Amino acid sequence: MASPSMTQPGVPDQDMALAGPFADAQMSDQKTAISIRNLHKNFGDVEVLKGIDIDVAEGQVVSILGSSGSGKSTLLRCVNFLESPTMGEITIAGETIRTRSGNNGDLEAADMGQLNRLRTNVGMVFQGFNLWSHKTVLENVMEAPVFVQKRPVAECHDEACAYLEKVGIYEKRFSYPAHLSGGQQQRAAIARSLAMHPKVMLFDEPTSALDPELVGEVLRVMRALADEGRTMLVVTHEMGFAREVSNRVIFLEQGWIEEDGAPQTVFGASRSARFRQFIAAQPH
Amino acid sequence: MIDFPFMYEALMRLLPGIPMTLQLAFIASAFGVFFALAAALMQLSGNVVLRSVADFYVFCIRGTPLLIQIFLIYYGMGQFDFIRHSFMWPILREPYWCAIFALMFNTGAYGSQIVRGGLLSVPRGQVEAARSCGMSQVLIYRRIILPLAIRQALPAYGNEVILLLKATSLASIITLMEITGLAAKMISETYRVVEVFLVAGSLYLLINFILSRGVAVLEKRLMRHTAAERPSSRIAARGAA
Repeated sequence: MASPSMTQPGVPDQDMALAGPFADAQMSDQKTAISIRNLHKNFGDVEVLKGIDIDVAEGQVVSILGSSGSGKSTLLRCVNFLESPTMGEITIAGETIRTRSGNNGDLEAADMGQLNRLRTNVGMVFQGFNLWSHKTVLENVMEAPVFVQKRPVAECHDEACAYLEKVGIYEKRFSYPAHLSGGQQQRAAIARSLAMHPKVMLFDEPTSALDPELVGEVLRVMRALADEGRTMLVVTHEMGFAREVSNRVIFLEQGWIEEDGAPQTVFGASRSARFRQFIAAQPH
Repeated sequence: MIDFPFMYEALMRLLPGIPMTLQLAFIASAFGVFFALAAALMQLSGNVVLRSVADFYVFCIRGTPLLIQIFLIYYGMGQFDFIRHSFMWPILREPYWCAIFALMFNTGAYGSQIVRGGLLSVPRGQVEAARSCGMSQVLIYRRIILPLAIRQALPAYGNEVILLLKATSLASIITLMEITGLAAKMISETYRVVEVFLVAGSLYLLINFILSRGVAVLEKRLMRHTAAERPSSRIAARGAA
């Protein structure tokens, strides 16, 4: 089943996702931060995404759940074209990424300048951190603001320090990534994407590569970002985060949206038997 | 017995060859590194034509002796009228430049395989992170891929420069008076092969010792990010925590 709540563009999921205690606050002056239309992705003969429609309103924190192979990471990577969609349309902050057919059957950006400009609006945090290993933490955080956004170095430096302070690794700013724990690296990576002032942040299983005792420090940072009202799309296996921090949960199953709604609704009584089964199988 | 006064005399006669040896090696490697980078990028470009051209270049250069390449360039180019009448001829007829061209093509071919390995070693995730930040392809190469690839390739490339420095001795065969050329000249006058070549060999040894120390220092500097943290800073970190 495709999402029943996504049928009308411009009227994003008011029936389900915004139900609950936050609903009233978020219904007013809603703008769409990201709009995904009819997104398909094939890898060879395998259809990984079979037509996904999602509108993410500004300030929404969306958890994307699903078993491995359900296409959730692919979905996230298609949003900023790290993966080329086979079909579909991505709109970031009101601007649709212009595409043309590439030579392998997938779409490609028709205008790399536009894509790169839009990418600066979309911060991405990876499962494997992907900090630049030859640069210190501070250099990692300053890189994109200085060299992509071409903002004044002094301003970028002060801001980078503030973000590192915020994620709690200011003292480690002169260290290289290899000298940090996984949790510290991931917090540095979060600071790195914050430094671009993104309108949306994508998290691709940000805690899956961490030792269990380091998961908490990263989730705390993410919770603080959610509390600031940042727009976040989070692919995760952390049920606690999905349930408590996000205000919308999307469950992917075999390339379709199987469930989409407020956590209070879907964790309580989902209409999807598959989703209930998925939740029941999670460790508590 | 070893005749030290004679060896000192040999040393004094061979020392003037050092600048020529160094020039050949450094000019050839300075230009050769661009050949290496170009060939490596062509091989990785995914374009069949570019890749084939680079593959053929590497195949020919690696498959033939440097000595023959030097001969072919030195004697061969004069065979072609269009080269003899081109504006390049004043340069191409000089044995000095012929030797540099041969050394440059040579080190470019070997170096391309080192550079290619370095480029392939760059972690995909770090490139994706750069793309997700909106970096253009040129910027990604300049800021992320090349710095990482150079660090990876540096030890092997240092080795290549040492090989190149020793290969300059072949330039003596086309009349260049670098260390080996001067040594051969002195031997033909004195017939004292062992002493002269002992001195010549020692000079190469000394140059390469300095060179390899330089590479090691550079490597240590560039690879700070992989080295273990200094004990002092680790203790400081623990104290802070």
